[in-house]
Amino acid sequence: MIVFGYRLPGMSSLLVWGLLWEIVGRMGVTFFIPPLSDVLKTLFEILGTPAFQKALGETAYAFAAGVTAAITIGIPVGILMGKSRLLDELLLPWVNVFLSAPLTALVPVLMVLFGFGMKSIIITTTLFAIWIIILNSRAGVRQINRSLVEMARSFGASPLDAFFKIYFWAALPEILGGVRIGIIRAVKGVIIGQLLISIVGFGALFELYSANFLMSHFWAVLIVLFALAFSISEFLAYLERRVAYYAAKR
Amino acid sequence: MSQTKEAFEQSEPAAENAVVAHGISKNYGDVQALQNLSLEFPRGQLTSLLGPSGCGKTTLLKIIAGLLEPTSGEVEVNGHAITGPGPDRAFVFQDFALLPWANVLRNVSFGLELRGVAKSERESIAEKYIHDVGLTGFEHSYPHELSGGMRQRVGLARALSVDAQVLLMDEPFSAVDEQTRRKFQEDLLSLVQHENKTFIFVTHSIEEAVYVSDQIAILLPRPSRVSEIIRPTNFRAKGAENIRRDSEYLDIVDEIWASLRTYVE
Repeated sequence: MIVFGYRLPGMSSLLVWGLLWEIVGRMGVTFFIPPLSDVLKTLFEILGTPAFQKALGETAYAFAAGVTAAITIGIPVGILMGKSRLLDELLLPWVNVFLSAPLTALVPVLMVLFGFGMKSIIITTTLFAIWIIILNSRAGVRQINRSLVEMARSFGASPLDAFFKIYFWAALPEILGGVRIGIIRAVKGVIIGQLLISIVGFGALFELYSANFLMSHFWAVLIVLFALAFSISEFLAYLERRVAYYAAKR
Repeated sequence: MSQTKEAFEQSEPAAENAVVAHGISKNYGDVQALQNLSLEFPRGQLTSLLGPSGCGKTTLLKIIAGLLEPTSGEVEVNGHAITGPGPDRAFVFQDFALLPWANVLRNVSFGLELRGVAKSERESIAEKYIHDVGLTGFEHSYPHELSGGMRQRVGLARALSVDAQVLLMDEPFSAVDEQTRRKFQEDLLSLVQHENKTFIFVTHSIEEAVYVSDQIAILLPRPSRVSEIIRPTNFRAKGAENIRRDSEYLDIVDEIWASLRTYVE
């Protein structure tokens, strides 16, 4: 963005919104919105506390485990669906159903099946992330140039070679797009899991702070969560741009 | 030199034909793409498959490559019936089929990579062919940084580097501009002369076929069959720059057009 001939750095608009938040907070319109400066002060206070670090650790663990499962299962399943008509016919309806289903409603079922512990939270996270990863990997494989596949075959590629040297790379731009959206959905999944299944991690902090009307604490934790999700998403967007040079030329 | 070579190879049966197609038929559902087509491809020569679009020339080439299964009939390469793609054949694609995420060096050595050749060895072989096709200095460029003509040189270097006896070319010059194509055609003539390989070349350009071929198989459509085999004899030795105004060259071009024109809608 250019204002009065000066090029502003990216995300300068955040300053405007931050300022607005501060003003509204200072005016004391509602207890729900404390001034941003108070929130930031609280943020630095709680960052070092054992309660916060325990919550961060629990959330990060569930999130990482859930996302890893979604990626390691989702990408191969999506690629195989893109390659095999039969598998596609079998699985596509389910993928579409789960992609658009209100997964939150399924959480109680997961609790019955897998208990009230970390396992259910991880599975919830995976379920939030995996469908879009499958669908994008499938789409990536389906648009692959037929002659690349024929080229590999004509030079004697084994199915495994074709999978790792052609299909994966040819679908990589779409796969990364899917992983990025999947990870954003996984943030939702892990928090919902922690609120509904067992009150641990950030979910426990949200519960604690909102129940006790500790609004600056509540906002501080939310800002940390937003920042983490945003950083991961930006990192993946950066990886996507790294492969964009061939995305349009396959 | 060529005589000793021939005498040596005659110990093996059918040595004069590198590739033989026996009674090939190919159906797609009810549509008959090829019907009982037989054709011989002499060793060390370039044979063109020429015909109007839809005459099944690319289908035949892909059957020879082992990429498609014929409905009936079989293809022999060096006297052995083929069952699929093999190291005795290499393919040059119309749309180049380069890996867009890999540089020229990796693309050229990709055929060798799939055959399990060690990295240092395959890269030194690739370097040689990159030099031969005139792309020295572009080893670390990516396909999208190259022109169409340069990309096809990469495709050609990849096919040459696996050192197959039979080179299958599917309209390799149709996606490059006219001037580059002329240069390619001249280069192809010297390639046929200097590499002891058998070339099978699909094209829809009559001039191109007559210019580069030792043998031209005219394919006619619905269902596809070989209607005529033409072997230009005289102008081949006159040098690349004299071919296009040779009277035999011009006569053959006219003759082929006369027989094809009724099939072009």
